[in-house]
Amino acid sequence: MLAVIKRLWKYGLGTANPQHLALSPEEAAVFAETAQKHMAAQSSAALSELRERLPKAIKKAFGRSLHVRHVDTGSCNGAEWELAAMLNPVYDVQRFGIDFVASPRHADMLLVTGGVTRNLEEALRKTYAATPSPKLVVAVGSSACGDDLIGETYANLGGVDRIIPVDVYVPGDPPSPREILHGILTAVEKTEKLRK
Amino acid sequence: MEIETLRTERTELTAAYASLAGQGLRFLTMVASDEKECGVDRFVLRYFFAKDAGKLVCLETIVPGADPHYPSLAEVLPATSWYEREARDLMGVVPDGHPDPRNLIFHDRFPEGIYPLRKDFTSHTFIPRTESAFTYPLVKGEGVFEVPVGPIHAGVIEPGHFRFQVMGDTILHLETRVFFTHRGIEKKSENMDVEKGLRLAERICTVCNVSHAMSYAQAVEQIAGAQIPARAQYLRMLFAEMERLYNHVGDIGNICAGIGFAYGSNHGARLKEMLLQLNERMTGHRYLRGTIALGGVARDLDDGQLQEILRLTQEIGKNAGEVANDVLANGIAVDRYANTGVLAADIVRKFAAVGPAARASGVDVDARRDHPYAAYSQLAFEVPLQSGGDVLARFNMRALETGQSVSLINQIINKMPDGEIAGKIGDLPAYRYGIGITESPRGENVHFVMTGERNAIFRYRVRSAAYANWPVVPLCVPGTIVPDFPLINKSFELCYACCDR
Repeated sequence: MLAVIKRLWKYGLGTANPQHLALSPEEAAVFAETAQKHMAAQSSAALSELRERLPKAIKKAFGRSLHVRHVDTGSCNGAEWELAAMLNPVYDVQRFGIDFVASPRHADMLLVTGGVTRNLEEALRKTYAATPSPKLVVAVGSSACGDDLIGETYANLGGVDRIIPVDVYVPGDPPSPREILHGILTAVEKTEKLRK
Repeated sequence: MEIETLRTERTELTAAYASLAGQGLRFLTMVASDEKECGVDRFVLRYFFAKDAGKLVCLETIVPGADPHYPSLAEVLPATSWYEREARDLMGVVPDGHPDPRNLIFHDRFPEGIYPLRKDFTSHTFIPRTESAFTYPLVKGEGVFEVPVGPIHAGVIEPGHFRFQVMGDTILHLETRVFFTHRGIEKKSENMDVEKGLRLAERICTVCNVSHAMSYAQAVEQIAGAQIPARAQYLRMLFAEMERLYNHVGDIGNICAGIGFAYGSNHGARLKEMLLQLNERMTGHRYLRGTIALGGVARDLDDGQLQEILRLTQEIGKNAGEVANDVLANGIAVDRYANTGVLAADIVRKFAAVGPAARASGVDVDARRDHPYAAYSQLAFEVPLQSGGDVLARFNMRALETGQSVSLINQIINKMPDGEIAGKIGDLPAYRYGIGITESPRGENVHFVMTGERNAIFRYRVRSAAYANWPVVPLCVPGTIVPDFPLINKSFELCYACCDR
């Protein structure tokens, strides 16, 4: 079971295809159940739970709204598309009080995608330094979490936490808009706890 | 795929190309590899050209390890410029007389003399920083300003750097810099099992992953001489067209976002989301990852699912067509699109640009027709063309190709054969190469795979559509105004991840 979870963590539920994971029949059953839960979590019921909790948590932690800045540090373009999807009419995250800002100087939170390439290392450091404290960092996607197929190469450092501190990890290849929102909620609720 | 090889001495390279130039060949890709292990005096360069349907010409030359120099072809064939610069950065083979000797892959402060793609370099070696700086051409004169943009942009977008030389609002010159997201995927693939290599190919770029996986699989299957079951061929085409559809429908919206036209961008985003959710319901992944397997496909679909795909794609395709027509009925949108960022057909040919961008300039290339793969030869489809080469033409291309994709999906589902979904690949011969060509949403996608011992990858070179097209983007910018650039860029909609690898 632990092996299954480990493999799911590595590849993300979305990519997980029983045939690629080389599962035993028992493991496959567990897998199917987990996948079903995952699909259920994508349903509108789960989204409405987020709708309840997110604005409250944001209000408590930040007063009014949460401003996020996206930083691509060498992702495979999947997380970018999912972040962009968060602004589409289906998810429409602005209704939760979340907005994407143009400058890190306006941001409460950085959403970092990608395993940090050598060519972007400095850009990430500068972006982090330009973000006023208190700040939160969410690593979005398996490569940003430091757990993907590419890992460490001469051109890739293999994980955001090699460079800057990370508060919340959202694995997945890429994680869906709902999973990213859940990661944001986790980070915001964490701040609340810190402030008490 | 039939490959005719023409071997030449490195000193004769320019003359050998000149003898080919009259045959109307189209440049595809150049692959440099370190083949010391195969008993060659070190480096082999292969320039690939497309001849007729399913026929390629390979111009091959050997560059000795002791003196890694050869005459550059970039002056006579501008399309080769980036390939030669990349080979110098990563392999250390120097193109003598190259018009642009600057670094391409490595940005500032990388030491000279370290070549990751040579076989004696270990993939995860840490490269220390040194002091060096990259130079951009400056336009000098009264009232000329330089505007640097990126790599971190204001929007949710991949990283690239743009240097504008402007006078007032007018752009005089634009220099682009990509390869920020260079992750060293080709080096990572060395000695990797070919099965695992497929997973790596899917991670080059998420939104073109079906095309990458298919190109890679076709190259490996070519080496193995494997036959693909008929049903797998059809399912492959289905996944490829579903990928094209969500990309193109998204682009229709995205080009509207380039002028802040909320009606178009929101409808585009809504329809794209519907397609992504359909992908997830059918295959378990919003971007169809994990659908392609070596020797066929990894996912089968039952009749109910096929009918649902048919129903929804027809409906969404029709809807996207209506949105595109509404956008084209808006005077302001058309005014912003027309005559903006004109890409001349001549430049497309010189740089061997591909995909909707090339077709919008009237250059008739489409891998689905020119190098038939899967079972495209059994389907009826048109390759739409435009002549303007401007943003409007590229917008129209997306709308027209959406219609073609919907029609293709209809034919694929109606003709879907029964049977197996994957064949066996078996053991692969060592030191043989294959070329896989597919048409991704952004254009022709060429993968070169060479096997080593024990079914491992020896050399893997990816030439995505974005790699072919990025060099022409800055060439259609001079004379336009700064606020038009995001729009021009969106009309090409090239992935940085695809290009940088």
